[in-house]
Amino acid sequence: MGLSDYIIMRELNFPDINRFERYCQVGGWEAYRTAVKEQTPATIVQMVKEAGLRGRGGAGFPTGIKWSFLPKDVFPRYLLCNCDESEPGTFNNHQIIDRNPHQLIEGVALSAYAIECHTAYIYMRGEFAAAALTLEQAIDEAYRAGLLGKNILGTGYDLDIYVHRGAGAYICGEETALMESLEGKIGQPRLKPPFPAVAGLYGKPTIINNVETLANVPRIVEKGVAWYRSHGTEKSPGTKCFSLSGHVNRPGNYELPFGVPLRELIESPEYGGGMKGSRPIKIIIPGGASAPWLTAKHLDVPLDYEGVAAAGSMLGSGAVIVLNDTVKAPHVAYKMDEFFKHESCGKCTPCREGTHWLVKVLHRLAEEGHAEPDDIPTLHGIYRQMAGNCFCLLGESAVMPIKSALELFPEEFEAIIKASNERHQRNGAHAIPLRVS
Amino acid sequence: MKRHQYRADALIEVLHKAQELYGHLTEDRLLAIAHSLHLPPSRVYGVATFYHFFSLTPQGEHSCTVCLGTACYVKGAMELLATLETESGLRAGSTSADGKLSLLTARCLGACGIAPAVIVDGNVAGHADPEVMRARVRALLDED
Ligand SMILES: Cc1cc2nc3c(=O)[nH]c(=O)nc-3n(C[C@H](O)[C@H](O)[C@H](O)COP(=O)(O)O)c2cc1C
Ligand code: SF4
Ligand code: FES
Repeated sequence: MGLSDYIIMRELNFPDINRFERYCQVGGWEAYRTAVKEQTPATIVQMVKEAGLRGRGGAGFPTGIKWSFLPKDVFPRYLLCNCDESEPGTFNNHQIIDRNPHQLIEGVALSAYAIECHTAYIYMRGEFAAAALTLEQAIDEAYRAGLLGKNILGTGYDLDIYVHRGAGAYICGEETALMESLEGKIGQPRLKPPFPAVAGLYGKPTIINNVETLANVPRIVEKGVAWYRSHGTEKSPGTKCFSLSGHVNRPGNYELPFGVPLRELIESPEYGGGMKGSRPIKIIIPGGASAPWLTAKHLDVPLDYEGVAAAGSMLGSGAVIVLNDTVKAPHVAYKMDEFFKHESCGKCTPCREGTHWLVKVLHRLAEEGHAEPDDIPTLHGIYRQMAGNCFCLLGESAVMPIKSALELFPEEFEAIIKASNERHQRNGAHAIPLRVS
Repeated sequence: MKRHQYRADALIEVLHKAQELYGHLTEDRLLAIAHSLHLPPSRVYGVATFYHFFSLTPQGEHSCTVCLGTACYVKGAMELLATLETESGLRAGSTSADGKLSLLTARCLGACGIAPAVIVDGNVAGHADPEVMRARVRALLDED
């Protein structure tokens, strides 16, 4: 069931769509021109609300509703576009920019107009130097065409868009950490409330949205609510660009309407093309490293926010990682938690210490094969002390890999412990002075 | 720094520029930046060490960064790294004595679709084959 009309990866086969004139030839920038000349900001907000656009950054929060949280008559306001894209397995944001930067810039401009703000920042992950350049060139083109800057198209509306480069820190994708980072500080999250819509960047009302979220806006404004809602499901309208990776034949970014079953994404020859070497599926991580794991019995789960949540996981960033039976669950949990340990910003104790201990125990167990008889309760104990106690969602996310691994594949941990005991390898060198009840 | 009007919130951009110009950041340079932006040195040092992108030690003329993120890990990134470590005689995270090559590792690079991914001097190579990469690393080391 291929899409006849893509929303996020629009004009997939139109050559040189990254150039300003080419984008304009397929109706690009028209929605924005019409909006600033003829439509009120409130109309745009209303359209986005009715279209039911949901944030693609992870939480799936309705974008139009987020926009309406802005306090009335408090200015200046800021719009931030989140392209920190560091969630393991997620790789569609920078592809949108590489391929069609104007679509994102038009989306940012339209959204800025809708929330009546005059300064927007696009926060790029530090590693995306090439994409940052592409974006800056495209922004320059838009300035030259009079679509950005002062008194746009003679309407009196002013808007500046800046690209800001991050410097390699996953936590800066968290909205308040991103604001700290934009202000030139260490990227550690802030206490909420106050929420960004009330006091965000420089203490001013701020809206923050993901790249893919904003890339939807031009199409919604151009083609209307009914058209947009004809894709996807009632509660998750539109399409989603899924980043598929792991042991599938054709990893890549695939745009599908919400609600398509997981099986289709993995098995259809148009998309994943099935498993490499037809090996069985062992683990499916449906929403980036922060999402609880699913298994082969979940292949019929529909890929929308509700469907994946009902299966006990989350759609998150839409990064689907599929692993076959050659991987060992403790190793996968180890690798993922090592990521979270490395990226923990160190602000709060449960996350800073918890990820550290998880990795310590998992490294000994999974990598070195030295296991203590009570490692399983120890691991349960560590993540239980983290869950619900971390300052931000990074710490909470770090719980997912180990919790999933222990719940779904306890026998693999037991086998390592048994083998280790039998080999009498408990020489004490790796003992850890930790007892958790 | 002039371009950013000595604004404190331009710190990260300034550090990017300094690292581009000099290759890495020294304590002296951090101190100088702190002075011109009117920031406490602790703040500059804090930011420079918090972000993984900034380096306080000299980097090699060439760099080879192996992604150890999940998707690359399951596609054999560890074996790839081991091959390159053996070939170069370097431990991941270090630079050869002649300053030719830094062998580095990274978290997910956002290139999981072409895993395993390696960045050689800023260019991403996908579907990296250990033998091909071994030859490239050899070439970088032998270059004069
Ligand atoms: C640790 C952490 C990392 C995050 N990383 C990203 C990211 O890389 N990109 C992103 O768009 N959102 C990320 N988010 C979610 C943002 O905080 C925020 O919810 C999102 O940008 C809002 O945009 P949306 O409403 O369009 O989804 C992250 C959240 C957390 C807790
Ligand atoms: S949970 Fe982790 S990343 Fe978040 S504030 Fe605490 S230490 Fe920092
Ligand atoms: S895991 Fe290596 S690029 Fe994503």
